[in-house]
Amino acid sequence: MHAYLKLDHIDKSFIRAGQTTEVLKDISLTIDQGEYVSIIGHSGCGKSTLLNLIAGLTQVTAGAVLLENREVNAPGPERAVVFQNHSLLPWLTVYENVKLAVDKVFSGRKSRAERHDWIMANLDLVQMGHAKDKRPSEISGGMKQRVGIARALAMEPKILLLDEPFGALDALTRAHLQDSVMDIHARLKNTMIMITHDVDEAVLLSDRIVMMTNGPAARIGEVLAVDLPRPRKRLDLVSDSRYIAAREAVLRFLYERHRLVEAA
Amino acid sequence: MAVPVQKTDNVTSLPSPKANAKPAEVVALPARKSEGRSKRIVARLKDIAANTVPPLLVVGLILVVWQIGFARPGASLPAPSVIWAEAKDLILDPFFVMGPQDIGLGLRVLTSLERVAVGFGLAAVVGVLLGALVGQSVWATRGLDPIFQVLRTVPPLAWLPISLAAFRDANPSAIFVIFITAIWPIIINTAVGIRNIPQDYRNVAEVLRLNTFEFFFKIMVPSAAPYIFTGLRIGIGLSWLAIVAAEMLTGGVGIGFFIWDAWNSSKLSDIIVALLYIGVVGFALDRLVAAIGSLVTRGTAAS
Repeated sequence: MHAYLKLDHIDKSFIRAGQTTEVLKDISLTIDQGEYVSIIGHSGCGKSTLLNLIAGLTQVTAGAVLLENREVNAPGPERAVVFQNHSLLPWLTVYENVKLAVDKVFSGRKSRAERHDWIMANLDLVQMGHAKDKRPSEISGGMKQRVGIARALAMEPKILLLDEPFGALDALTRAHLQDSVMDIHARLKNTMIMITHDVDEAVLLSDRIVMMTNGPAARIGEVLAVDLPRPRKRLDLVSDSRYIAAREAVLRFLYERHRLVEAA
Repeated sequence: MAVPVQKTDNVTSLPSPKANAKPAEVVALPARKSEGRSKRIVARLKDIAANTVPPLLVVGLILVVWQIGFARPGASLPAPSVIWAEAKDLILDPFFVMGPQDIGLGLRVLTSLERVAVGFGLAAVVGVLLGALVGQSVWATRGLDPIFQVLRTVPPLAWLPISLAAFRDANPSAIFVIFITAIWPIIINTAVGIRNIPQDYRNVAEVLRLNTFEFFFKIMVPSAAPYIFTGLRIGIGLSWLAIVAAEMLTGGVGIGFFIWDAWNSSKLSDIIVALLYIGVVGFALDRLVAAIGSLVTRGTAAS
């Protein structure tokens, strides 16, 4: 069986003012359909760059991103992104924000009524149907991120890319949204790649955790398979030995072997 | 030491006043409501008075000083009472028609406004498009920006001879002067607005694969709208400045030519009334564009 998504020996460097900065070095990874993979690492290790490469928002310097054996080099709705700061368009209502995506992706394939139903189905999936006529400025941060997720899901993506989706949220809202995402993943069985710097979040949500070394020229340091049965319950896991072991492994990687050396 | 003690004191005493207040509030509610309404009306009136009384007082004061200063016979400028006596018909009836060249100031203002509408409308459309081009493309910026920066400093009337030569007619020349005066702030502000579109919105557009038209109408224009309207507001102000000057030279029935005509026939009172008209209309235009702007850009402020 060939891999669903394949990152094949990817290098990425930026050239600024004649100086070349190597960000990512020789990244190889395969991800199966329906898998939930987290990418974790200290800030500045290039994990967001890696997500942008998969999204096609930035171009690889060497190597290739292959989705179902076809090279990816431009952005597209089959790799929908949930952005860190929600990126909802403030002049559109919640409904219109999702509509923008649905109209673009499904024009010609769905009738107007079908598109409306699809928008509402996705808003209901993230429990935001009640706020469809509100503007982003009128809803909370967690709600905005829910709408961001609804917009991405509404594109019916092959892969959902989440760029630190809960980073800007308070702990309680974050836990609530993590549960929602787990629920959605269980129901829709879509492939998800999530950038995070939260160890608990990575262990709770992922099938595999990709741990990045520190930049420049960051590599994949280690890949940890999280062998916990689904559905996972936050409270049950607290005392689960496998959860504790996975958590410890990630923490040891991040704080023992690849401690961030602060620039003096 | 004293702080924590005070704190616990507060907490324990908190429920009791609340419990006491609750029934009293329910009883007092209907009476309070009507009382509140009349209070609100009074407050509103006070608010309006606070905003209108000072300017009215100042205007009154100016009129009084003006009257005292210029009431003597042989004064260089007419006093308010003289203006009222000589130009009462102009003030009271803006829309009279006594003949092809003898019409009310309201009608003259409307003719000028028509020219402004055409010139400014063209400037708005072309300005936003050019501004979008300059804001979006580095090469367009490099090629066009220096030219814009030079041309925008040319005074409006300096364009008039050239446009008269090009169009061979007064009316399109006046419109061209309006156009060329209003377009620069629109271009420059639009370009700044486009450059300030957050990368996030561009990423959304890229993921959705919006084409150029969709990107222009769905992301660019709404995102840059506050900047665009700043440009439009400056532009409409400049148009109104330019039209009066242009009409003085091109003739016709506009308000600008009326002033020139009045000067030639030494009707100073008419000129002063016309100045008032121009000021009031310019103010109204500015407020109109500002109001449309705040209506259109409501909700645009990112959060």
